[in-house]
Amino acid sequence: MIRKIVLPGEYLEEQRGRKLGTGVYKEGTKVFSAVLGTPKISDTEISVIPLAGKYIPKVNNMVIGVIKDVEITGWVVDINAPYMAYLPLSEGVKEFVDIKKVDLSQFYDIGDWIYCQIFKVPRNKIVQLSMKAENARKLEGGVIVKITPYKIPRLIGKGGSMIKIISEKTKTTIIPGQNGLVWVKGKDVEKAIKAIELIEKESYIYGLTEKVTRLLEK
Amino acid sequence: MKGNVELIIDGKRLDGRKPLEMREVEMKVNVVRNADGSAYVRFGKTIAIAAVYGPTILLPKHLQEDKLLVKVRYSMLPFSVDERKSPGHDRRSIELSKVIKNALAPAIMLDEYPRAVLKVYVEIIQADGSTRVTGTNAASLALAMAGVPMKDLVTACSVGKINDTIVLDLNGIEDNNSQADMAFAMMPSKNRVTLWQMDGQLTKEEIKKMIKIASDACKKLYDMQKKAIRGAFK
Repeated sequence: MIRKIVLPGEYLEEQRGRKLGTGVYKEGTKVFSAVLGTPKISDTEISVIPLAGKYIPKVNNMVIGVIKDVEITGWVVDINAPYMAYLPLSEGVKEFVDIKKVDLSQFYDIGDWIYCQIFKVPRNKIVQLSMKAENARKLEGGVIVKITPYKIPRLIGKGGSMIKIISEKTKTTIIPGQNGLVWVKGKDVEKAIKAIELIEKESYIYGLTEKVTRLLEK
Repeated sequence: MKGNVELIIDGKRLDGRKPLEMREVEMKVNVVRNADGSAYVRFGKTIAIAAVYGPTILLPKHLQEDKLLVKVRYSMLPFSVDERKSPGHDRRSIELSKVIKNALAPAIMLDEYPRAVLKVYVEIIQADGSTRVTGTNAASLALAMAGVPMKDLVTACSVGKINDTIVLDLNGIEDNNSQADMAFAMMPSKNRVTLWQMDGQLTKEEIKKMIKIASDACKKLYDMQKKAIRGAFK
């Protein structure tokens, strides 16, 4: 069985004082879907979870990015969004660094993958990153898998259930970035990637967890 | 010569259609694997493929604006017409790129992605009249599949006047010999027109009648578009 799918411009419901989430817009009191996705209508919020689309940076999101350039006081990072992000030195390294003496590439060099947090998104979308979050780190080794950003919550599952299953059955460490990049490292990486790709392909069906479990037990 | 060719015989058009009958329409989505969103639309012998990439970073920086920039490239393949067409951009394809862009832009929520660019490619692989509306339909489907925020899908069709009769969905011969032809696009669920182009001479009453015919046809095409998108998730 598949979930209900709405298209851009499709009428959802009257707003009736509820909060508007992502993927919707209103005309008067009527709420319409702005994207192709699955609707999520509750007593407090109306939103549509897109089935496709590019990642829009949001504050506090944990994302995976690759260093594109090393500058004098920070790093330029590609976070799989329509905008490049900037990791300033003060947010990237904890200790004091004398930029006259030290080359910043010794911390993060071009091509290095990092798991970091978005801490600032101004109106003009000049995104700033931070490595100060507890689990932020440089990703050594492993494989990066790219999926639709909006399917990351499905990959994680309720309370992390889905990702736990994949991780345990394939003996891998999986770090999902909210920008749609997933880092996988461990024993059976190939099988873990297959499971992730299945979630990406069939995120709109019910009973996905069972299907993934079956795939992993093969 | 326009209007002198017998195109309607015994109430039927050369391809056997009634004046207000559309050609066979086929719509498919996700036909280009590498694009973020894509679609295939066929109106009789006219076939268009549209692919959408983005939104992505817009470079050079001085082109960046407070809203999303939409770039549309319409082009006809050399083998799409009877006599080989030289490949590449020409005057006509530059014009039609702009026409399709203007037809789509009112539906796209441009403020969601400042400083970014959205690239839409429309390729006509076989042409038999009404290529701009076929391309617009394909582009609108591709945009929806790419997850671009939109107010509504854009649906387009053509209406014309041949042998003093108003006809829907002109094919190649009819297009070349019509007394008047009109390209029409709208956001059907909002009832808003996004493209209205006309060529030829018509009376006020005829124009009103043609707009009515075109908007009714667009609503039918809208249902087909919705069906095509939903069909991809089964």
